[in-house]
Amino acid sequence: MSILSYNGGCVLAMKGKGCVAIASDRRFGVQTSTLAMDFQRIFEMGPHLYVGLPGLATDTLTVHERLRFRLNLYELRESRKIKPQTFSAMVSNLLYERRFGPYFVEPVIAGLDPVTWEPFISAMDLIGCPNVPEDFVVAGTCAEQLFGMCEALWEPNLEPDSLFETISQALMNAFDRDAISGWGGIVHVIEKDKVTTRLLKTRMD
Amino acid sequence: MECVLGISCNDFVILASDMTNAHSILVNKQDEDKMFKLSDRLLMAVTGESGDTTQFAEYIEKNIQLYKMRNGYELSPPAAANFTRRNLADSLRSRSPYMVNFLLAGYSERTGPELYWMDYLASMIKTPFATHGYGGMFSIAIMDRYYRPDLTEEEAYDILKKCVAEIQKRLIINLPNFQVKVLDKNGIRALNVIKSQNLTA
Repeated sequence: MSILSYNGGCVLAMKGKGCVAIASDRRFGVQTSTLAMDFQRIFEMGPHLYVGLPGLATDTLTVHERLRFRLNLYELRESRKIKPQTFSAMVSNLLYERRFGPYFVEPVIAGLDPVTWEPFISAMDLIGCPNVPEDFVVAGTCAEQLFGMCEALWEPNLEPDSLFETISQALMNAFDRDAISGWGGIVHVIEKDKVTTRLLKTRMD
Repeated sequence: MECVLGISCNDFVILASDMTNAHSILVNKQDEDKMFKLSDRLLMAVTGESGDTTQFAEYIEKNIQLYKMRNGYELSPPAAANFTRRNLADSLRSRSPYMVNFLLAGYSERTGPELYWMDYLASMIKTPFATHGYGGMFSIAIMDRYYRPDLTEEEAYDILKKCVAEIQKRLIINLPNFQVKVLDKNGIRALNVIKSQNLTA
């Protein structure tokens, strides 16, 4: 029994042209038993900043609470919205503080810079090692499947609508090959002037 | 070995828990009350490590009452659930974590009835129906089949009777009695205990 695959779940994020998208499945289960189909893994941390926290569900909730606390203090002290790069460093710091007793989550961050509107995505492992690529990031129990789908489907400079289709297909076809992920999907497409959230109609098994 | 069931509908939440208290092969009593009244509008059905269950439930109960005394009004069900989760999550990585799984039923004037499922790792979900235990594995599928948000109290009680009948038929552990309590806008009320004699009759 691996702790990171106790509850199941997956998250991925992709960069597009002036936009980013982040998506996750909605299953909450205890090993092979499914208990909920509306579990929230992606959290809004700012108007153009989202973080996905796949992994052990209790730590998903705890890390979200702790992160929201730190972010609120940051925004009160700095009187401005946090940049995605800074937020990524904040998450990494929170996780590394628990280096020898870690939170069992592998965060995925997607956002737009609040000043320059530059797209930003990053991911990290459970002890906060950051990965800041130019294309896509994946995490969760079907990470390998997600890697394969993203590598096949992603191309640079996708418009928001195409990015939505791409990320949805990557997510759905990857979690259909994983027993403990799936049961619905949710996609957030973050652009400069709006964030579009869509629920995916998927195989409910 | 223990089992708790819960169903939340438009007007009420109904909880059922088995009444067996056992240590290994020995049954201590068959009329144990595993439901804790946290306040007039909050009810918790707890399973898990003997001792931890009572300690944790009473700790939460007293803190809920303390909040009411200090502030003059009660915690709402989501606030109480998150408070409980926070305590369980903090204890998880401590020297001796609480080993409890429970269902928390709440009713508020603003949002209506709510049911929260929480396990010993402090994972929490708000859900229309939920179970804990081996008996719960049979029951959750029965609830999937028959649940509707607009069930009446009698219909929900019937679904619980179906669940208990299945548990008593298929679970190797004998759980003869199930206590049932309902929480609605008028508070907490106990319904008839579901006994194995009544079901086979």
